[in-house]
Amino acid sequence: MTIPTLTSKDAHFDYVLRLGDDALILAQRLGEWCGHAPALETDLSLANIALDLIGQATMFLGYAGELEGKGNDADKLAFHRDVNQFRNCLLVEQPNGDFGRTIARQYIFSTWQYLLYQQLARSTDPRLAEIAAKALKETTYHAELAAEWVVRLGDGTAESHERVKDGFEWCWRFVDELFSVQPLDPSIVTSGVAVDTATLRAAFDSALATTFAEATLPLPKFPRPVLGGRKGHHSEHLGHLLSDMQFLPRAYPDAVW
Amino acid sequence: MMRQAALNWRDRVLDVLSHVPDPEIPVVSVVELGIVRDVQENPPRVVITTTYSGCPATQVIQADIRKALDDAALSEVKIEVALSPPWTSDWITEDGRKKLLAYGIAPPPKGTGAASLKNAQAATCPRCGSIKTREISRFGSTPCKALWQCETCREPFDRFKCH
Repeated sequence: MTIPTLTSKDAHFDYVLRLGDDALILAQRLGEWCGHAPALETDLSLANIALDLIGQATMFLGYAGELEGKGNDADKLAFHRDVNQFRNCLLVEQPNGDFGRTIARQYIFSTWQYLLYQQLARSTDPRLAEIAAKALKETTYHAELAAEWVVRLGDGTAESHERVKDGFEWCWRFVDELFSVQPLDPSIVTSGVAVDTATLRAAFDSALATTFAEATLPLPKFPRPVLGGRKGHHSEHLGHLLSDMQFLPRAYPDAVW
Repeated sequence: MMRQAALNWRDRVLDVLSHVPDPEIPVVSVVELGIVRDVQENPPRVVITTTYSGCPATQVIQADIRKALDDAALSEVKIEVALSPPWTSDWITEDGRKKLLAYGIAPPPKGTGAASLKNAQAATCPRCGSIKTREISRFGSTPCKALWQCETCREPFDRFKCH
C-alpha cells in the first residue's frame, strides 16, 4: 500500500492517533455508566456505543502503531502512553456529569463524528477510508440515538429540559476544538489524507439547529473556547481516567486473558 | 480437470466453514451470516469480515475457523480480515434468515443495509407472525441486535439490526 507522499510521517501518525484516542477515551467514559444508567434501555445503549467506539479505536490505534513503526500495537498505545501523549479532544475526557450532560456530549460528538467519517471514507489513505466507511454505519446509530434523547429530555419535563440545557452549556466550550486540525502540518489535509474539519461546521450547526428546535432548547451561548487536547494539553480529568483504564496492564504487564 | 479440482477444493473449504457456528447465535454459521467473504486457492486463504467493529465475538470466530480448518487438515489455509466493503446485514443468506426466525430472532429487512433504523419497517414477530410490533430498545443484548415487542402476543423478541 502506498502512503500519499505529501504528508509527513509524523503528522500522519499524529492524525490517526487523534481518531483512535477520541474513540478510546469516550468509550472509557461511557463504560462508567455501565450498571448506573437511569434505565435498562439507556444502560444498554451507552454500553453498546462504548463497545463500537472501542472497536473503532482498536482499528485506528492498530494502524497508528504501524505508521509509527516502533512495534507498538493498539493495546500498547492505549495502555502505555502517558497523559500528554494522548491526542484526543477535550470534550471526550470530561466527566460524565448527569445523564443530561452525557447526552449533550454524545450528541455533539456523534453528530461531529458522523460528518467526519462521511468525509474520511473518501480519504486518499485507503486504510483510513475503509475504517471510516465501516465505522460510519455504527456512528449513524449513535448520532440518531443521541438526537432522540436530546429531544426527549429537552421537550420532556421542566427538570429534564434544564438538565440537558445545562449539559450543552457545559460542553459548549469544547466544540471549537472539533473543527480545527491545528497544530498539524497542513499537508495532511492538502494531500487528502485528513479531513479539514472546519468544512464540517456548517452541516453541524444546521443539524444542531434542527434538533434544538424540536427539543425546544435555546442555542447555547458561546463561551470562550478551550483548546489543547490535540497538542497533549489535557484537563486534570484525563490523568484520573487513565489511572483507572491503564491500571491492570501497567501493574501486570504480561497479563493475558 | 484443473477447474474441476479448484471447485472441489473451494467447496470443501466452504463446507468446513459452513459447520462453524456464530458464537453468539449458534443456530447460524459464519457463512450464513455473511462473515466469510471469499475463499481463494492461490495462495490458500479464507477472507472474513467483522460485523461490528467492537463485536467481542470477532476473536472467537477467528479462533473457531482456525480450529475447524486445522481439524480438516487445511492448516495451510490462512485467514485474512477485510474491512472493505463494510459488512452489511444484506449479506445474511436466505437460509440464515430462516434459521434466525425459527430461533426467535427477527431477521433484518433486506435492502436497508445502509439506512437508519428510524425508517425501517416494523419487524415481524417470530412467535406469532404479527407485524404489530414496536421497538423497545435500539441497542440490545449484543451489538447486532435490538429489542422489540409484539403488540399482538405481547412477547418481547430480539431483532437483528439493519446494518
